[in-house]
Amino acid sequence: MSVDKIWVLAEVVDGAPITTSLELITAARGLGGTVEAVAYGDATASVAGTLGEYGVTTVYDVGDLGGALPGAPVAAAIAAAVASGGGPDAVLFPATYDGRDIAGRLSVKLDRPVLTNVVGLTAGDGGLVSEHAIFGGSQVLTAKFTGEGPEIFVVRAKSFAAEPSGGAPAAVVASPAPDTGATGAATIVARHVEERTGPKLDEANVVVSGGRGLGEKDQYALIEELATLLHGAAGASRAIVDAGWVPYSHQVGQTGKTVKPTVYVACGISGATQHLVGMKNSKNIVAINKDQDAPIFSVADLGIVGDVHKVLPQLIEALKSRS
Amino acid sequence: MNVVVCVKQIPDPAAPGALDPGTKNLVRAGKLILDDSDAYGVEMALQLADASGGGDVTLVSMAPNGETSGLRTALAMGAAKAILISDESLAGTDALGTAKVLAAAIKRAEPDLILAATESTDGYTGTTPVQVAELLGLPSVTFAKKVEITGDSVKVERQTEAGYDEVECPLPAVVTVTAGVVEPRYPSFKGIMAAKSKPVETLTVADLGLDASQVGAAGARQEVTEVADAEARSSGEIVVDEGEGYARVIEFLEQLKVL
Repeated sequence: MSVDKIWVLAEVVDGAPITTSLELITAARGLGGTVEAVAYGDATASVAGTLGEYGVTTVYDVGDLGGALPGAPVAAAIAAAVASGGGPDAVLFPATYDGRDIAGRLSVKLDRPVLTNVVGLTAGDGGLVSEHAIFGGSQVLTAKFTGEGPEIFVVRAKSFAAEPSGGAPAAVVASPAPDTGATGAATIVARHVEERTGPKLDEANVVVSGGRGLGEKDQYALIEELATLLHGAAGASRAIVDAGWVPYSHQVGQTGKTVKPTVYVACGISGATQHLVGMKNSKNIVAINKDQDAPIFSVADLGIVGDVHKVLPQLIEALKSRS
Repeated sequence: MNVVVCVKQIPDPAAPGALDPGTKNLVRAGKLILDDSDAYGVEMALQLADASGGGDVTLVSMAPNGETSGLRTALAMGAAKAILISDESLAGTDALGTAKVLAAAIKRAEPDLILAATESTDGYTGTTPVQVAELLGLPSVTFAKKVEITGDSVKVERQTEAGYDEVECPLPAVVTVTAGVVEPRYPSFKGIMAAKSKPVETLTVADLGLDASQVGAAGARQEVTEVADAEARSSGEIVVDEGEGYARVIEFLEQLKVL
């Protein structure tokens, strides 16, 4: 089997495809064959132009889901499209909340395994070969599927760069979900947006993150103040998100956001595997921690062995006096 | 209300992990502990069963080697019993195979609600719970940060990129909970003593009516082709702060033209 056709889940948020989907479309272009997309919601027609620009020839539109969580209906629509012939050799999903749900359900429908936490893809002998960062990114594992049927991959954000190829708008083909019965019964009744100011965590040029070393919740204000002074975004380790100091949307790491800013400033973060996976590819890393043996120092370009409660206020004062 | 919690016993995450050079599977020899992420599901289940006026919390877990020490931790927290599927043929089972095994075991417990963590700490595939839901023909809500039962439906606050969604879902259903959904209790001495005599039903793959070809390395239909060291990030300059550490940070930021 050679790779003749790849489908990518084009997740649409606020009327535009998310960056990770565009990254996957770009990557798919380099793996050989045709690139097609699957989209859902009420904005598919309006994103066909953007998808085409990145190399998608056809977008299968599942349509509006009527408030249903996407997992079951979108997986059912993809499975139906595969069953009707002309299905892909591989389906790529962004590692988002909905992407994982859809991939998991599709895996059962097609009785095919799924490989998640993919950080690289290459065309191999008879299929795709995926790369996975393991043990906090200290080792890279490569894997491939065996057996017949579409290969399902869930790929982490920022594994590839998104680059348009200047293609024509994608053709839109209606591909509604069949009846999903009980599996599709979970329904969104209200949406809540948590306001954030400043640049987005995964797009910011500078990210300042805080961890358990801050000692208590109130001290997170230092992180926010420093982030603001550096025109950056404030992030957090899983430890303080779990402790309820800051919302989950601030979390950097395995289960949170993957960030690659110009500068990442880790304050009072020890550098657990869970955290390193989400930030170790930052271009420059500054770490401030009082434990000189903390693993975070092994990836830091500049490490300050010191108390965040002393260093951060001094840093903030010095920056304020400059402006 | 009867609740099943899917739990995983894993090697201590604080100890350095290793892959078996032959099978490329994670080495699981030695003592296994209850995955920390599962303590939230167990606590949530106990609270929901209590609030509904009774019912049992049953643990469902899979391990190749009959290990129960992690299950005893969850039983000590208050779960009533456990079903452990243990079979040598399970070594090397992937997420889909695991889901097939768990789904077959869960069916026997006939629960109103199935809880799981969003992902395990050792494998972090993150698809097993939805795969279980699909196999059982049930709806699922992942990434719950708040869970309430009203009558025969569950109301969940589900984490999103922008904030959270309120989701309603009829029971039975599969719900995955994030760390922080509730504060897990510590097992009491009495709980630890009681856990020693709580029932742990041990089943094989054959007991569940599953074909051995669907589990293990063969059922996984994927192979690890290579494991290599990642390009090491060389560690940089280390400065011990004696009052001037902040100034070095500013200098560094200036060099990068961030300031």
